[in-house]
Amino acid sequence: MVVSCGEVWREISNYLDGEVDPALRAAMEEHFRGCTHCTAVLDGMRNVIQLYGDERMVEVPLGFSHRLQRRLEDNMAPARRTFLGWVVAAAATVLVAGSFELARSSVSGRPELRSDHARPGNGVPPEMMVVVATDGKTFHVPGCPFIHDKARLQTITAREAMREGYAPCVRCMKKYLSA
Amino acid sequence: MPEELGVLGGPAAQFKEEELIRRIRDGERDLFYELIRPYERCVFAAALAILRNEADAEDAAQEAMLKAFKHIRQFRAESRFSTWLIQITVNEARMRRRKEHADIVEPIVDRQDEEGNYTPRDFADWREIPLETLERKEVRQKLAEALSSLGEKYREVFVLRDMQHLSIEETAKVLGISTASVKTRLLRARLMLRDLLAPGLGGDWSSKLSFAKGAKPW
Repeated sequence: MVVSCGEVWREISNYLDGEVDPALRAAMEEHFRGCTHCTAVLDGMRNVIQLYGDERMVEVPLGFSHRLQRRLEDNMAPARRTFLGWVVAAAATVLVAGSFELARSSVSGRPELRSDHARPGNGVPPEMMVVVATDGKTFHVPGCPFIHDKARLQTITAREAMREGYAPCVRCMKKYLSA
Repeated sequence: MPEELGVLGGPAAQFKEEELIRRIRDGERDLFYELIRPYERCVFAAALAILRNEADAEDAAQEAMLKAFKHIRQFRAESRFSTWLIQITVNEARMRRRKEHADIVEPIVDRQDEEGNYTPRDFADWREIPLETLERKEVRQKLAEALSSLGEKYREVFVLRDMQHLSIEETAKVLGISTASVKTRLLRARLMLRDLLAPGLGGDWSSKLSFAKGAKPW
């Protein structure tokens, strides 16, 4: 059997995966012996497979495992969820009760967060410069890779950010999250 | 390939996995992280292949793991746990992609007729590229950029097959396409990547590298 370059290219990937029948394999090997172009394609493709197949090609972001574990813990245990639900309900009651108080003294008291799911910060240095997106909900360390809306960023102090109801980014501001 | 990567895990690893799944179903929820830990990278890589953004991929990966936990009773032992987990991840990532990028038109390569023949453009002979070059961040970066320039259907197949080392059948099952489509798309992806990288890896990059000519690493 004689195969052309075009036929070789069509089957070259299957050839490397051992997915061609013995007759075709032999014909292709014969072709490679006499064709530098097809040999170059074959070698290049092997290189591609070899390089991308290396586990160094997949880098998980720093802290990935830790954040995953935490998210699982927060969502898996039913006992905890019930307990959390109770805490949320209690907190809501306190908020409703306290809102009259807050309405009267607009300066003091913690502002409501922009996100219902966010946790407020704890011990954030008020003068630290942080980055917020105008319509975002969280504040970040400048350069944090988890800023979603990079188009409308402003740099302000942490005090201003918290006054505006931004919560600390769970990634870059992790150490300031209240437990 | 280290065994803890799981995709190629041996019978012992598989036995341990079945045992873990049984105990989780029986209520030992705390063991779930132990079960999925070997697959963190696979799941993240699968999500990244579709979403192309680390933050989105991380979120989708987390969500997929949670869904796997919630639906662990639906897992059937006829497929590998890793395949099942990757399938959930692919579905999650695709759903997000549809939702958030409904307005974005896929790159032109994606609309190419995959049945059409693809002719290699570059016949430069590559020198063998030693795997040590992967220690260099700029090399990994170039490879990642080339991969991310492929259309989604080629990227998905390539990542699952050549980076996650799924079999052709498993890749087909996870993506919900035929094995013939897997083969066609894989051929196209590999040829395109070779063309994209041949000028750099065969010429510019390797000329700057000093490595001995020797046996091929495979």
